[in-house]
Amino acid sequence: MNLFTAIFHSTLGKKYLMAITGLLLIFFVIGHMIGNLQIFLGPESINAYGAFLKSKPALLWGARLGLLATVAVHIWSAITLSAKNRAARPVTYKVNRSVAASYASRTMIWSGLIVLAFIIYHLLHFTVGAVNPELLALRDEAGRHDIYLMVIQGFSHPLVSGFYLLSMALLCSHLSHGTSSLFQSLGFRSGQQKIWANRLALLLAWGIFLGNSSIPLAILMGFGKEALK
Amino acid sequence: MKLDAKIPSGPLDQKWEKHKFDLKLVNPANKRKYEVIVVGSGLAGASAAATLGELGYNVKCFCYQDSPRRAHSIAAQGGINSAKNYQNDGDSVHRLFYDTIKGGDFRAREANVHRLAEVSRNIIDQCVAQGVPFAREYSGMLANRSFGGAQVSRTFYARGQTGQQLLLGAYQALSRQIAAGKVTMFPRTELQDVVLVDGKAKGIVVRNLVTGEISSHAADAVVMATGGYGPVFYLSTNAVGCNVSATYRAYKRGAAFANPCYTQIHPTCIPVTGDHQSKLTLMSESLRNDGRVWVPKKKGDERRPQDIPEAERDYYLERKYPSFGNLAPRDIASRAAKEACDAGRGVGPTGLGVFLDFQDAIGRQGESTVRERYGNLFDMYQRITGENAYHQPMRIFPAVHYTMGGLWVDYNLMSSIPGLFVLGEANFSDHGANRLGASALMQGLADGYFVAPYTVGNYLSQESPADRPSTDSKPFKKVESEVNERIDQLFAIKGRRTPRSFHRELGKLVWEYCGMARDKAGLTKVLKLIPELRDEFWDNLNLSGGPNELNTSLEQASRVADFMEFAELLCTDALKRDESCGGHFRTEHQTPDGEAKRDDKNFAYVAAWEYKGQSRRPTLHKEPLAYQEVKMTQRSYK
Amino acid sequence: MNLTLHVWRQENATDSGEFVTYLAKDVSPDMSFLEMLDVVNEDLLEKGADPIAFDSDCREGICGTCSLVINGSAHGGQKATTACQLHMRSFSDGETITIEPWRARPFPVIRDLVVDRGSFDRIIQAGGYVSASTGGAPDANTIPVSKPNSDKAMDAAQCIGCGACVAACKNASAMLFVSAKVSHMSLLPQGQVEREQRVLDMVSQMDQEGFGACTVTGSCEAVCPKEISLDFIARMNREYGRALIKSCS
Repeated sequence: MNLFTAIFHSTLGKKYLMAITGLLLIFFVIGHMIGNLQIFLGPESINAYGAFLKSKPALLWGARLGLLATVAVHIWSAITLSAKNRAARPVTYKVNRSVAASYASRTMIWSGLIVLAFIIYHLLHFTVGAVNPELLALRDEAGRHDIYLMVIQGFSHPLVSGFYLLSMALLCSHLSHGTSSLFQSLGFRSGQQKIWANRLALLLAWGIFLGNSSIPLAILMGFGKEALK
Repeated sequence: MKLDAKIPSGPLDQKWEKHKFDLKLVNPANKRKYEVIVVGSGLAGASAAATLGELGYNVKCFCYQDSPRRAHSIAAQGGINSAKNYQNDGDSVHRLFYDTIKGGDFRAREANVHRLAEVSRNIIDQCVAQGVPFAREYSGMLANRSFGGAQVSRTFYARGQTGQQLLLGAYQALSRQIAAGKVTMFPRTELQDVVLVDGKAKGIVVRNLVTGEISSHAADAVVMATGGYGPVFYLSTNAVGCNVSATYRAYKRGAAFANPCYTQIHPTCIPVTGDHQSKLTLMSESLRNDGRVWVPKKKGDERRPQDIPEAERDYYLERKYPSFGNLAPRDIASRAAKEACDAGRGVGPTGLGVFLDFQDAIGRQGESTVRERYGNLFDMYQRITGENAYHQPMRIFPAVHYTMGGLWVDYNLMSSIPGLFVLGEANFSDHGANRLGASALMQGLADGYFVAPYTVGNYLSQESPADRPSTDSKPFKKVESEVNERIDQLFAIKGRRTPRSFHRELGKLVWEYCGMARDKAGLTKVLKLIPELRDEFWDNLNLSGGPNELNTSLEQASRVADFMEFAELLCTDALKRDESCGGHFRTEHQTPDGEAKRDDKNFAYVAAWEYKGQSRRPTLHKEPLAYQEVKMTQRSYK
Repeated sequence: MNLTLHVWRQENATDSGEFVTYLAKDVSPDMSFLEMLDVVNEDLLEKGADPIAFDSDCREGICGTCSLVINGSAHGGQKATTACQLHMRSFSDGETITIEPWRARPFPVIRDLVVDRGSFDRIIQAGGYVSASTGGAPDANTIPVSKPNSDKAMDAAQCIGCGACVAACKNASAMLFVSAKVSHMSLLPQGQVEREQRVLDMVSQMDQEGFGACTVTGSCEAVCPKEISLDFIARMNREYGRALIKSCS
């Protein structure tokens, strides 16, 4: 068996791909959250951060393409594995009792797909500007893209914020199981390791949920209201 | 029929070495021209099939289970004996040999037992090399424990699942040969008959249990490793599928059946709860190390055990056998329990049970110590009975556990049909009238790994593969049609009773009159009752479905039909053996203390029965037991 | 007590099958689940109907033959218990019980509740052994094994191959079964020579048979009658990675 087959055509190989891409995406999600939380430091900080990223197009596009590839591999593995899993049980049970399996673990493919839909919306919303084109046209006093204002305007719609909050909940449900599982898939989740992997997963999921949700929540509760005037 | 045990000449401890040299070999290049059939995939069958495959023969292996890994060897708990002397406690091949002969109450064949003790050492080496996870000391060396009937520590074990681990070792070796194409496996396939050509075993006829298809398989030799006949008692610790059919059909084709009356009863099983019961579960004998056995002094005492005061309890083992007490040997403890129950002092809803009480042990050592030692057994007991044995005594009762009798074989493990080899519990050779704990696994693997591969080769070297008949030949077609006819007969009865109800009734008869204790009057009576029941069976059996499908009622009926005949042979042998020895206890022959009293002058022989036809009595052939090395003595456990 | 049973009946592998309702009357709490089915079958047989086909053999929880999904859980949901050791006292009078066969593509139904688990045998044949032919073994004590490793190997080796892990897994994954054998062998010195090839071959066979992948739900571990740990799956994943890295170098 060659290496390519062993990785791309075996269930275990695909689980490795899922785990490694998942891990990369976790790092991205953490970095992205930290960047965004700068909004609480005021417009200067976050707008400067945005301008800095845009001033390095090679880095930015490199990262964007890398992320795209990672997401693609993650999704491809997920969908092919999921299809195999479904095919493995052509006739289902009349009575289903989930023994031990958590809700998050049973709904990974769904939470994943909804998060994907969210990412597409999120990109259209804040990166491409297809939802509200005017958001991308906002400029601050220094002539930079006024990310601060964009976010506050974007999240001042309760419906939009609500959708973000829901998506974050799903993302974190996905992460709560995914983070712990990636240790399993890579083979480091035995005995004591399992306890730490589970704790880490829980901490990460809550951390990201609270961190990311704090922005729309704060805005809904009135943070940055003065900027809208 | 003339029985020739073919025991090699020379001193006992050199017989096997010498014999191995005298055995003829098959040229390695010729081995692939031979076909060998192995029936059964337990320890003996799987190990033989794997080894014969490794040697280069083409092997076909058959089992009724859905996978060879499920054979009932898997249920053996305790361990496997081997004369390794790793504990430096004075063990040796000779000591294991002697313990086995003595444990068998001097009714086993000396030369076979010595060989068993010799190869016992190779078994452990082989199993460890296969990756069997035997228990270890902290040093990384193999651990041993002691077992009944021995004063040395020579039992190797893998928790309480030694049989499972050894069987999986053999199963994996077999799997490797299946992958290599040297063994073809036929699971869910049951032997229906043996085919003889010119008096030699040349094949078998089987039924595919899924499709019902009857087919023939030809070979140059047939190896039968189909286990014992415990379920003739209906209830036993055997699996529900275990049956005597393979060996019994071979018997009807001319293989002598030896010592069928030697059956072993295990004293500590969970009692029967009602007619629905399908099997009995064994509780490790080690429980008797700390538990005290008792029954109420008063007949029919309905009080809860904890309400019965000390003075009104009869600790009958301690009373009768003050020095051995609760650790009296299996057969003695079993009979004593039966006596108490026969006297109306049995406990539990059926009155067939005695208490095994841990209150003293818990009081003395604390519940946690007892839990540590026997926790898994207490859990198992609770799962089955719903009772908590930490708070109330366990109820136990003896149950059939192992059968020492089996098809007669010579030193080469070949039956009285040339070319038909019989291995493991299915043969009679090594345990005499009583088997010691941890010796069944040893014998199964000895036969399969280290004896049959040589002796089958020796037989094959004298056979020409060119003479192997085609399955289209007359003898095969004839047996096939007989098999079909028999199945048709079963369907044609169209009566009202189910196979299970017949089996249950038969089992009750055999247990009642030929169980733990036997006597002439009872045996004479049951020998009348069994044919009556058999007549009813052939008159009033009810089957459903048809022959060409997965049909459990047909499978059962076919097995019960053989038990119906075999039970008669068993009781005939028990009646004929007018002495007590090992597991065969004739109440007429006991010492004043209730010990089995042998009659070496008249019964120091192997009773090999030859089938003479449906309505004729079998003929008894005697193979005298001549002891070269050991001196016969009386066992004493006072 | 009296019970209502919904039982999957299917004549043969090609029949479409359906649930049939039976009444089990006068069930004793002392019966095992399979003995309760025996009694139902005796009734059916007396009425001239086909008894319900189900697999069982040792009836003491070690052979791994019995294979029933009872009320949606493999072996009936009692901890560390096979269906043959499950007793009727854990049910109550008047209860309705649904009995289904193991459901997985690699375990096709043969009849009623009987399935074909030959796929498990083929996975073992792919490499679940140490290639030690009879005869040449060195003295057993020349291969020392540390007690912790030996104990852990035994934890894995206890697998009875019943297939409950597959039956309970939402993906019908056989990872617990395969990993138990891979772990058993890789923990022991005897298993080292074929260590890498074994895991690659066994996983490849497992995939070919059509079992699903592990999504770490833990259902397999929960229903396993021998309480085989999910840790062994992690171990197998590691073994697989190790084998890949070794195959590169």
